[in-house]
Amino acid sequence: MVLTRLDQESYRQTYNQPLADRSLISCPHCDLMQRLPDLAPGASARCARCNLELWRRREDSLNRTLALAIGAALLYAVANSVPMLGLTVVGREAFTTVLGGAQHLWEDGRETVAALVLFTAIIAPALQIGFMLAIVLGARRQPVPRWVGFLLRHHRITHTWSMIEVMMLGVLVALIKIADYATVIPGLALFVLGALVFVLAGMQSSFDAREVWERIEWADARAAQAAADCNDG
Amino acid sequence: MKSAAITAMQHGLHSCEGCGLLSRPGPQQEQGRCPRCAHQLTFRKADSIQRTWAFVIAAAICYIPANVLPVLTTTTATGSESDTILQGVVLLWSPTGWPLSLIVLFASIMIPSAKIIALAYLLITVQRGSVSNNEQRVRLYRTIEFIGRWSMVDVFVDTFTAALIQLQPLMSVEPGPGLFFFAAVVVLTMLAAESFDPRLIWDAASSQEVST
Repeated sequence: MVLTRLDQESYRQTYNQPLADRSLISCPHCDLMQRLPDLAPGASARCARCNLELWRRREDSLNRTLALAIGAALLYAVANSVPMLGLTVVGREAFTTVLGGAQHLWEDGRETVAALVLFTAIIAPALQIGFMLAIVLGARRQPVPRWVGFLLRHHRITHTWSMIEVMMLGVLVALIKIADYATVIPGLALFVLGALVFVLAGMQSSFDAREVWERIEWADARAAQAAADCNDG
Repeated sequence: MKSAAITAMQHGLHSCEGCGLLSRPGPQQEQGRCPRCAHQLTFRKADSIQRTWAFVIAAAICYIPANVLPVLTTTTATGSESDTILQGVVLLWSPTGWPLSLIVLFASIMIPSAKIIALAYLLITVQRGSVSNNEQRVRLYRTIEFIGRWSMVDVFVDTFTAALIQLQPLMSVEPGPGLFFFAAVVVLTMLAAESFDPRLIWDAASSQEVST
């Protein structure tokens, strides 16, 4: 009896009370409260005040995202293990990989910039793909385990800092610059990275975060129970 | 009437940044936890204005050495030459290379400075409680958020140019000290955009709408 009371006290202090009606949301960009309509797959809802896309319901989101995430993982593995760019000039050859670019910066004493290149071109994309794979695999369980929520919350950061497409543009510019001095040999990784840019974009846009959040196991089990009772009654 | 409230904050509700759930904090509580994802909740991002100003000012300071110091040093048998970002753009300008030259000009010079100015404009209008041009201002914020990453292009260009052109003693290219400051500008403006809370743009207008 005492335990339950203590329990209830700490529960009130830590967790907020959810609303009974879960279709009520507020716009993340202007905080206007509005009700999300029930959307058909492929349809989207926009904020009535600031026109932000609040939700786009994706068709067969989990399966498609899983397929694209597996594809992205394979392309990523190839892209980072074969040469990306090479050049020949008067009989001499030089090759580099993505990692080689960061490594060279490090050796030249630009450690901070090297770390940034390493993070945005190698680590963040790996996390982006890895998190997404884990999310869509975990989301197949019923109920969806809580660690999926942790990954889902941090996935946005990995997406922001994963800059494969920016790197591709940078490599193309570098290629044209170097073409003045030497013969440039585009490596296999360059084409694989080009494909990866599109697969990653497809992976992001086939994913429907709201669908996963709706089925996730709540941190506050009691609130979840209360919310479920409300919906039933 | 109290029911005229239009935003979640006016209703006393937290909106979770992580999972989007609306929830009600305990009485007199500013903070709480999302019952669904356990994320720490506040009505607005914590110290959004101060943090964003700090990042913007730091970025503006780094912007100067980023453009004055060389980003690449090319050493050939006849001597060595250092190029700043702008000189790199000029070097790239040729009958065939001009589109790329324009891309680098936009990504490396226009976007970072435009971002710094735009964020300062958003901060000042929010601090003055402006209620006009809300839609344009939030659109400006979304553009900043979307376009910021593309400034990294020049960092990658210099990285791979330096990594490839290692043909000692014929020719070698080394990254210069400007590259650090340039990368700092990109990262700081991205962090500034991240710490800015766009809901602040609408708060003055929201409270006006309720009181009338």
